[in-house]
Amino acid sequence: MREASTSPDEMDHLFRRESGRMVATVTRVFGVHNLALAEDVVQDAFCRALEVWSIRGVPENPSAWLVATAKNRALDALRRERTARDFAPELGRLLHSEWTLAPTLDELFDDGAIKDAMLRMMFSCCHPRLGEDAQVALVLHILCGFSVAEIASAFVCGHAAVEKRITRAKKVLAGSRQLFDVSAPADFSARLPAVQRALYLLFNEGYHGASSEFAVREELCQEAMRLTSTLLEHATGATPSTYALAALMSLNAARLPGRLSPSGNLNSLFDQDRSLWDRSLIADGIALLDLSATGDVLTEYHVEAAIASVHAAARTAQDTNWVEIVSLYDTLMAIRPSPIVALNRAIAIGQAEGPERGLEELTAIEGGERFKDYPFYSAALAEFELRRGKRHVARERFLAALAVARNPIERRFLEQRVGACEAGGS
Amino acid sequence: MSEFVFLYRGGNRPTSPEEGQQVMQKWMAWFKDLAAKGHVVDRGQPLERGGKLVQAGTKAVTDGPFAEAKDVIGGYTLVKAADISEAAELAKGCPVLDRGGQVEVRPVMKLGV
Repeated sequence: MREASTSPDEMDHLFRRESGRMVATVTRVFGVHNLALAEDVVQDAFCRALEVWSIRGVPENPSAWLVATAKNRALDALRRERTARDFAPELGRLLHSEWTLAPTLDELFDDGAIKDAMLRMMFSCCHPRLGEDAQVALVLHILCGFSVAEIASAFVCGHAAVEKRITRAKKVLAGSRQLFDVSAPADFSARLPAVQRALYLLFNEGYHGASSEFAVREELCQEAMRLTSTLLEHATGATPSTYALAALMSLNAARLPGRLSPSGNLNSLFDQDRSLWDRSLIADGIALLDLSATGDVLTEYHVEAAIASVHAAARTAQDTNWVEIVSLYDTLMAIRPSPIVALNRAIAIGQAEGPERGLEELTAIEGGERFKDYPFYSAALAEFELRRGKRHVARERFLAALAVARNPIERRFLEQRVGACEAGGS
Repeated sequence: MSEFVFLYRGGNRPTSPEEGQQVMQKWMAWFKDLAAKGHVVDRGQPLERGGKLVQAGTKAVTDGPFAEAKDVIGGYTLVKAADISEAAELAKGCPVLDRGGQVEVRPVMKLGV
């Protein structure tokens, strides 16, 4: 027991990381109808670890200790409850006999089996009876170990609303006969798009979300990336579209370090210090993008990753190949149109063809009324007005954006832009 | 220098894994600081919540004690300090206090002083 030998990296979010792995594994053993018991068992195991380590210090391989503790607690619960409850139906006999109980658990708590359980849980959380919001919340709660309060704060959402969503989602999950079987290729492929979508939304919540806590948002991005790499480790999960999803996450996450100035202010893509971008993540992203370029299906993830790679390749905002970006957004509008995609396309057109064209495209966006609570539509109009010299109009637009800013970081950013209209700078 | 026992009582359980980890990291930081200043004699041990009670006379063995959660001793540490007020001062940094718990500071009794 020497805490000095445990590196800070190894400890980084260790409990959260292991909690997801253990809840998935214990649920695999107990059966999904016993999800609540599985959660209790894992929580109990983690509280014990916490109490012992607080006083004795953290052991050399804390992750292995957490797994062993969770396994022993699960074993206790199985022995205590096996006459009163049915556990995972497909494991029934093995769990009932003392001869096979311990060896079965040893196998199910082996690293490969834990990853398998994670995937089963990931696919189970993306149940077709659940809405996308509920799927994302459930993934965060069960697989990433976020409490209701932590999810509510990350999504800037009421505690009661999140609690209700999760309670309902768990009921749906616990009502399914068993965890999703990831070994049946046809079922796997049918559910895969929903899983990819949930991971994409989780990443986006971190990347573009409303939370004012930048650290929290970075964590959401990291969680999404971690789960995506679990998906990539599975033979059927490593499809071109999953590679594209992983590529877009790496390429966008690479820019995270440039988005906040040292004083905690938001930097737009145009004035970020690009030397802060994470070169190794960019290299990972490009390699993943290459791996995604097989087969004949072009997904929105491919296109978004390609857009991110064009940004990553540009040394300055002026050097960016905006014509290429416009054409990629055209493709994206054809595959998966949305007001946000249209907004980004219009901004790219303004960069490629001048502010007048940008304004034209912005005002032509259909469904634009959905932007009334989204500050960056008015802000985009304002930037182009400012660029064509209409300071007063630009200022009005920035003020309109400021009125719907969602957090202090956005507010400071927009105030600074309002100031730029007044000062005569850009 | 005299020796003192810190008895950790109560303290709410964390509500999420992340919070649990933060609590543990606070304990580690606190111990690190105590040890660096030479106050730790023995880090001590955490204790299970329940055990047995052996009664006088009949020597009957029963389950227990069933103290209220806030009074349950969760563990102990042996420290040394100049006097009881310094020991109490050291205990003020204990993370159990952040979670509604208490630290009981008890001097180890000495003979012949």
